[in-house]
This record gives sequence, C-alpha cells and structure tokens, in this order.
Amino acid sequence: MNQLNEDSETIARAEELRDLKAKLVLGAVLSSLLLAGTTLPFAPNVLKNVWVMWILATPVQFWAGAQYYKSAWAGFKNRSANMDTLIALGTLVAYFYSAISVIFWSQLESLEVKPYVYFEVAATIITLILLGKYLETKTKGQTSEAIKKLIGLQAKTARVVRGGKEIEIPIGEIVVGDVLAVKPGEKIPVDGLVVKGDSSVDESMVTGESIPVYKHTGDQVIGATINGSGFLEVRAMKIGSETLLAQIIEMVKQAQSSRAPIQKLVDSVSSYFVPVVIVLSVVTFLLWFNFGPQPSFILALVNLIAVLIIACPCALGLATPTSIIVGVGKGAENGILIKNAESLEIANKIDYLVFDKTGTLTKGKPEVQTFEFVNGLDEIKKELRWEISNIDVKSYVSSLILSVEKKSHHPLADAVVKYLEGKEVFDVERFEDLSGLGVRGYIDGHEVLIGTQRLIEREGAIKDAGLSDLSEVFKQKGQTISFVSVDKKNVAVLGIADSLKDNAVDTISRLKDMGIVPIMITGDNKVTADVIAGRLGIATVLAEVLPAEKADKIKELQRKDGKKRVVAMAGDGINDAPALASADIGIAMGSGTDVAIESAGITLLRGDISLVLKAIKLSKHTIRNIKQNLVWAFGYNVILIPVAMGILYPFFGISMNPVLASAAMAFSSLSVVINALRLKKARI
Amino acid sequence: MNTAVNLIGVFLIVFVCWFFFSKKKNEGVSAEGEVTILVQGGYKPDAIKIKKGKTITLKFDRKDESACLEEVVLPDFGVRQYLNLNEVNEVVITPDKSGAFVFSCGMNMFHGKIIVEE
Repeated sequence: MNQLNEDSETIARAEELRDLKAKLVLGAVLSSLLLAGTTLPFAPNVLKNVWVMWILATPVQFWAGAQYYKSAWAGFKNRSANMDTLIALGTLVAYFYSAISVIFWSQLESLEVKPYVYFEVAATIITLILLGKYLETKTKGQTSEAIKKLIGLQAKTARVVRGGKEIEIPIGEIVVGDVLAVKPGEKIPVDGLVVKGDSSVDESMVTGESIPVYKHTGDQVIGATINGSGFLEVRAMKIGSETLLAQIIEMVKQAQSSRAPIQKLVDSVSSYFVPVVIVLSVVTFLLWFNFGPQPSFILALVNLIAVLIIACPCALGLATPTSIIVGVGKGAENGILIKNAESLEIANKIDYLVFDKTGTLTKGKPEVQTFEFVNGLDEIKKELRWEISNIDVKSYVSSLILSVEKKSHHPLADAVVKYLEGKEVFDVERFEDLSGLGVRGYIDGHEVLIGTQRLIEREGAIKDAGLSDLSEVFKQKGQTISFVSVDKKNVAVLGIADSLKDNAVDTISRLKDMGIVPIMITGDNKVTADVIAGRLGIATVLAEVLPAEKADKIKELQRKDGKKRVVAMAGDGINDAPALASADIGIAMGSGTDVAIESAGITLLRGDISLVLKAIKLSKHTIRNIKQNLVWAFGYNVILIPVAMGILYPFFGISMNPVLASAAMAFSSLSVVINALRLKKARI
Repeated sequence: MNTAVNLIGVFLIVFVCWFFFSKKKNEGVSAEGEVTILVQGGYKPDAIKIKKGKTITLKFDRKDESACLEEVVLPDFGVRQYLNLNEVNEVVITPDKSGAFVFSCGMNMFHGKIIVEE
C-alpha cells in the first residue's frame, strides 16, 4: 500500500514536471518575443503591433496559465481563495485591460482613460511563476527522500523453508513461525530469530549502526537489514505492520504530518491572507487613482497588479512543514525517531536532561574492572602444596576462580566468567551457593571461596592486608569487591562494576557546553552513584530513587526554584515508562527490535548515548530552520506588499514593476524549500 | 468618471469582505463507513460528522490540479498523503477521541474538519 502510494506520487510528480516544462518552454518563447517587441527599439515592427502581441499572449494566458484560472474558479465557487486566485486576478486584469484597449482604443481616450497594452506583463508573469513552480516541484521531491528510502528498504520476496525445500514467496505471504533462508548478501525479509547459522549483519540502514553486528543462533534480527557473508535461517517473529521497519515508517509519516506549535501564527494568518491581499490591491488602485501622478488610471492598474502578484501565501504555508519533513527524515536516517513536531520544539528548549544510570549511561552489565593477586603467591603455593608444574601460579588461581564461578548464575559471576574466558577449566567436586555472600567449590581437594568480605571473615580465612587496602581503593571507585580465598588463604581480589558506555563522558561534556544540566538518577546507593557521576562529569545525582519514585523526581525538577523548567528524561523506554511520560520530553533508548517505539517523544534506535546529543542538535537545527523560513516568509510579505502598494513612491519615486513582482514571488517559495533542504547537510 | 471608479472600488472591497468572510458555518454531513470528498477549490463537503471508534474511509476525489491541493494533511491522525489527480484517494481513519479535527491541504490554505461524536 505504502509502496504503491509512493510510486504513484513519483509518477504523478514526473508527469507534472513534464507538463510544466512544456508550458514553460512555450511561455518563455512567446514572452521573449513580447518583451523584445516592447523593450527593444530595433525589434521588427511586427512584434510591436498590438494585434500580434495579443495573438502571442493568448496561448500563454489560457494554455500555459490555465491551471491558475481553473483553480481560482473552483475556489471562487467555494467562496475560498488561494495563491492561484491572486495570480489569476493579476494576470487577467493585465490581459483584459490590454484587450479592451486594443478594441476600444479611441473610446477609452474619449473617456480620458489612457489605453495601454500589458500583454507582455501578463505573459511574463505567468512564465516566471511557471519557472518558480517547476523548480519548486523538482526540489520538493527531495524533501521527502528519507521516507522513500525507508519504504524502499522493504524486501519484496523471501525464501521460506517448507518440507525441507526453499520456496520463493512474496513478503506478504510470510506467516509468523515460517523459517526463512537468507543467503549471503541478501536482505533479511522480516523481524525474526536466528535458528541456524551465524553471520554479521549490516543494520546501518535501519538503526544507523555503522559496524555490522554478529548474529548467531538465538539472536534477534531486523527485517530489511542485510546479511553478511554467512548463511542464516531465521524464524519469522513479526510480519507486516508489526515489523520494526514498518513501525519506523509509520512513526516518520506521523511526525511529518504533525503541526508544530510555532505554526499557530501562520495557521491564523493563512485563512485571511488572500482576501486581505485582494482588498489591499483595490485600496492601492483607489489611492493611486485619486492621489497618484498621471496617467493615474494606468499607474493605479499597474500597482494593483503588482500587489496581487507579489503576495506569496505559499511561502508561509511551506515554511514549517517543509523543514519538519526534512528534519524528521534526517533523524530517521540517523536512528533517531521523532514522534511529532512538538517534540522537536521541546527538545530545543531543554534545561535539565535526566539520565537513568543503568543501561543509559552505563552498559547495564557488570564487568571486571580490576583483578589483583596477593603478593608472594609463590610462597603460598609452596605452603599449600599446590601440585602444579605445567601452569604458572596466577593462571592456576584464575582457573580455580573460573571453574567455580562457571557453576554460579549470579550476574557478578557471569562478569568474572567472561573476564577469565579462555583459561583452563577444572572439575568442581562440590559447589555451594552461599546466598548473598558468594560461592564455595572444591577442586582437587582445595577449597575455593569467592565472595564478600563478610564471607571471608565468617569462614575464618586469613586476610591479606595488601589486598584489603586495595579493596578499599576499588570501593572508592564504585566497584563491588569479591575476595578469593583458597584453603582459607586470601589470594586475590576482584573489583566489578558496570562500565560506562562509550561516548558517555564526551556526550555529557558537550551537553554542558550547550547549557543543558545533566542529572543522573539511579536506585544505587549514594557512594556508588557519586563515584559514577564523578567519572562522567555529572554534578547532580539523584541516588537511591526507587523506579516508582522517578516520575515524582522529574515533576520536582520541572518546578525547581519555583520556575518552570523543561525537563527531558533519557531511559530505556520500557522500565522507565512513567518517568519518560512525566518529563516534558522522553528520550527512549533501545536496541534492535526491543525498541519501544512511541513510548517517548524521541526514540533512539540503538543504545549509543551520543544519539541523545545528536537528537538535541537536530531539533535545534530544525527549529532554527523553521524560524528562518518563517522570518523570510513573513518578512517577504510584510515588506514587499507595502512596497508594491507604492509606499516608497512619495519618498523616492519608486514603485514595483509587476514583472519584478512575479519574479520575487516565484522565488520566495522556492527559497523556503531550498532553505529546508539545507537541513540535510546540517552536522549533528 | 472618477466618482464611478471610486464607487466600483468601494463596492469591490465590500464585496470581497462579504464574499470570503461571511460564509455560513457548516454543520457538517454525517457519514458512516465511507465518504467521498470532492477536492476542487477546497473540500466538499468540508465538514464530516462521524462516530467515535468507527473506522471510516475518506475518499478524496481530486479534480483540482492546483499544487495547493495536491496533498491532504490530517495532523491528528498522522496522515500526510499525496492525492493523485483525477483519482479517488483513500485515507482510512479510526478516531479514538471525540472533538473537531481540522484537515488541510499541504500548504494549509484550504481547510475542512472531521467532527467526531460520541
């Protein structure tokens, strides 16, 4: 459905461009002849003949410019008016006054009305407006390129494995549970789970992640991403509108159709704009007719036409939506989904940015940060009569730890196992999980204890002063300490902590440079929280906050010091939902198909914290672009309509030529579109 | 001659104000299931009454080649759709709240509204 609609739009725009081009060519040729006849003294006499001029102007007026009259007439029947009404009125006045002059030349003179022909003005106005329209249509297509690209990502077919055979089917026929074969270099058709094979997958087109992600059995894969060099079998889990790509497309479309609060002024002006301009044109005529120099009727008519032609409601109408379409599209290309235009506006005004600690600032997975052995381990080896000859003593202790921790399912044990992976694994004779304290295992008759200081003390192990001192240092760094004792002798200590995310420190520093106060919120105790915040450069920490209390903390910040503050909350979008909802703007960070789209004002498709910064920069660029467009569109009309009315004439003797007015009008809306397209190149 | 021209001018000003600003308020036509909206110099009908929670297909029949009317935007329903000329273009919506929701052309010059009733 989407695909069809986008295709038909592309075809329709191409047809429109062909049609406009033909009209433009005819208009350009005939207008050039008309202008040559009226401006060049050496032009052939035939071009100066008013009947010939009439003949030359007529096809431009009623073929090339037909669309403006049809549209104006349709609007007139509806008692509404638009841009085309102004063009139609302006050019018809010029054309018919010229035609009447040609037919009733002497009668007009007897009425003391100066006859005059303005065929070249009417034709040139239409030609210039067609040129502006042609260029605008061409550039406008580029504003919605992002969504077209997203739609184009969808796979068309898939190879489903049925009865051991691969059958190619259209993507719409896939059902949940189907196993799909994906060869190297092919698109993964829908969201699913890898059931066989392994490969690295390029997810950049959906999440913006530039490095291919390694996938193996049990991993989730995203539809429309590209399989690397391995062969994968994927079980379809989400199809049709449920896939991540379909949801992204839907969200981008919704955001691109939303109205920004900043647009309200334009909305209220647009309904009155055209009728007011028509009234102003008549007022202009009357002023020039009654108070202007001779020939007053002609000058009144010329200025009436100039007012009708110079006014450009299109620039006003295009100013905001065009920037939003380009800005939202650029976000999607970078893995930043913006819910609506209002979110962009709020993100531009953030005072406080509250980060949930775990999973947002930190990786959310504990990792071993430090691993130290006791001094004199060789002596302990001798003392305890460890019979090892083919392995050094540190590797032996490491293997003892790895072997015991492998039996545990505690997150801290997982971190240790990951850290020591590759070391030799021994058989563990007996394993005990000492709840809340640690673990105990027996290997080759040696007792291995790994756990808290309390465990070591309770079991009567001999502490080592050096290791105890080190453990205090590690604690100061916010690490959780695990002591290791073998046969009641403390032989090593491990410091485990959640690692900071890549780019976290840099992101916080840049946010501060932008005048945004970063705040960390966490359920951790104050000491640990302060240590992590210190490493990140965050001065304000809200520690020991239960998940249910986070929303209240956000509300407190919104009224801090009795002032209204704009508070953003960045979290994982699932556990932090109430806090995200309470904030002025929620920024949900996710990865892959786990992303909770629509849970927040801004959704980041990957867990890269630098995307928070990019999202805020994008909002600032977009809002600045909208303001530039609005200032231009309002300024253009507010300044040039009075100029066309002749406000400068009493002081400087300057009035607006209608042909110049048409050129200015044609390029005013084009310049709004071109300015919006600049957003594509904005550095975020 | 001068008086006649001035009188015509004043008449035109009054006429333009009356013509464009004294339009009667449209109470709207009731619709169920689907409604065809003629896109020609605006939207006809330009006010459509529908029931909350009921899916409706808005069939935009675009006859007007003006670029102003080439797109229809329903911001409250997340729709911005290109309307093919001389074709019926369908927009399906299911309103989940009552009230009056404005729709407009892409440049926000022509307006219509969807009145959702309980």
